[in-house]
Amino acid sequence: MLLLVWQVAIGVQRAPILPTPWLVAKALVELAVSGRLMRYVVASLFRVTWGFALAAILAIPIGLTLGLYRRAEYAFNPIIQLLRPISPLAWIPISILWFGVGDIAAIFLIFLASFLPLTVTAMNAVASIPDVYLNAGRNFGLKRSQIVFRVLYPAVTPQLILGLRITLGIAWLVVVAAEMIAVNSGLGFLIVDARNAGNRYDLVVAGMVMIGVIGLLLDIGVKSLEKVPSISWGYSDD
Amino acid sequence: MISTTAVLQEIAHARPAGLRAKLRTDHISMTFGRTGEEINVLDDVSIEVGDGEFVCLLGPSGCGKSTLLNVVAGFLKPSHGEVRIDGEIVNRPDRRRVFVFQERGVFPWLTVEGNIGFGLSALSESERTQRIAHYVELVGLKGFEKAYPRELSGGMKQRVEVARALAVNPDMLFLDEPFGALDSITRLIMRGELLRICAVARKTIIFVTHDIDEAVQLADRVIVMSARPAKIQKVVPIDIAHPRDISSSRYLALRDGILEAIGLAHKV
Repeated sequence: MLLLVWQVAIGVQRAPILPTPWLVAKALVELAVSGRLMRYVVASLFRVTWGFALAAILAIPIGLTLGLYRRAEYAFNPIIQLLRPISPLAWIPISILWFGVGDIAAIFLIFLASFLPLTVTAMNAVASIPDVYLNAGRNFGLKRSQIVFRVLYPAVTPQLILGLRITLGIAWLVVVAAEMIAVNSGLGFLIVDARNAGNRYDLVVAGMVMIGVIGLLLDIGVKSLEKVPSISWGYSDD
Repeated sequence: MISTTAVLQEIAHARPAGLRAKLRTDHISMTFGRTGEEINVLDDVSIEVGDGEFVCLLGPSGCGKSTLLNVVAGFLKPSHGEVRIDGEIVNRPDRRRVFVFQERGVFPWLTVEGNIGFGLSALSESERTQRIAHYVELVGLKGFEKAYPRELSGGMKQRVEVARALAVNPDMLFLDEPFGALDSITRLIMRGELLRICAVARKTIIFVTHDIDEAVQLADRVIVMSARPAKIQKVVPIDIAHPRDISSSRYLALRDGILEAIGLAHKV
């Protein structure tokens, strides 16, 4: 339906506002046949995976620790709150300065974009655990490390998954922007390159469609974790 | 006035003949400092609980009886005084004495089995399975082993809590208004269940409640506490054998005595 409206609306217009869906579909086929589509999708996913995974591996333990030790939270929270409103894109010049044009600069940007939101999510998740769970853990003679793995971690998992989902969305937004400037492959690069090399707006929109589709698939993938019975309790009141 | 308090403390210390003292609190006081202002929650509370005895701490909401239970269980450190169980000073929670929270203490990420087996990780796999099955049966949750707490009713979750506590075979149970969130019919059923379970596995129990009937139905002895700061106001031994007839004259006399001690009218 949307496609039809799009096609007709462009058809009655004389000025080139957008390519028609038909042209975009042809562009997608062209990209797929040449192998660029696959290469660019893989390149973008590669960067997101690394940046996001590194951020998650570091941010979750740090956030949990900050949440567990109030004093550490008081010490670091002002810094976190100051850095948080800075758009990851503002770091582009610095990341190019440090790492040059290339994968690492892009990965660094994605890492930055994911790290702080994940830290804050983990920190707040710990603060919201009801005392009864921790007390019950202590009552059954659990050591501190056992409480972390058997009580703390399962108690915060639903909120962590939610945080991962939101952050992965951000990471996916950032990779496109980073690729427009810092590298010469990936879906973001495709969009800038297609415009610069002869105003191929059919390719531009084809890139946008791919970004949308992959973003949606990533979200669905993380969301499916929320259905796991040992996690799903965190999302509804009944 | 001073002499009256002294007399009441004497009564508090008195315990049913033939029972060895299990728990003893010695002049416990508790003060919380909050934003510069000091709140006195417990004031010089000395109680003694016999081995295998069922004691109810009865008092108005917010009087500090839960605080007392948390101190006795080792979750809170008293500002003054000490708690001794079997002669040892209590300074941390211990798996020999399990605290039963309201049903919200059940871990929502574990199944019924997982919850009941939570404190049993030291046992071998087969022993554990056996123990879980035994307590699932005891609290009447057969068929719900694989269910998650969110699929259970409030009463069933409360049974899971009780089973999780009993499964580690503690010698004491601390129950903090365990049936407070249940509807009145389920509450009655659960009281009966608790007494049935206690008859099977004899434990020393301290049960906090603000419900006079609940206290008189369950306890061997009711310790009535005053409003904050909580002091012991009266100690009432309930000398009626189980099962108790709640319309018998003795039951009503005991209940009215407690009502009077709290200063409540008999007519609503």
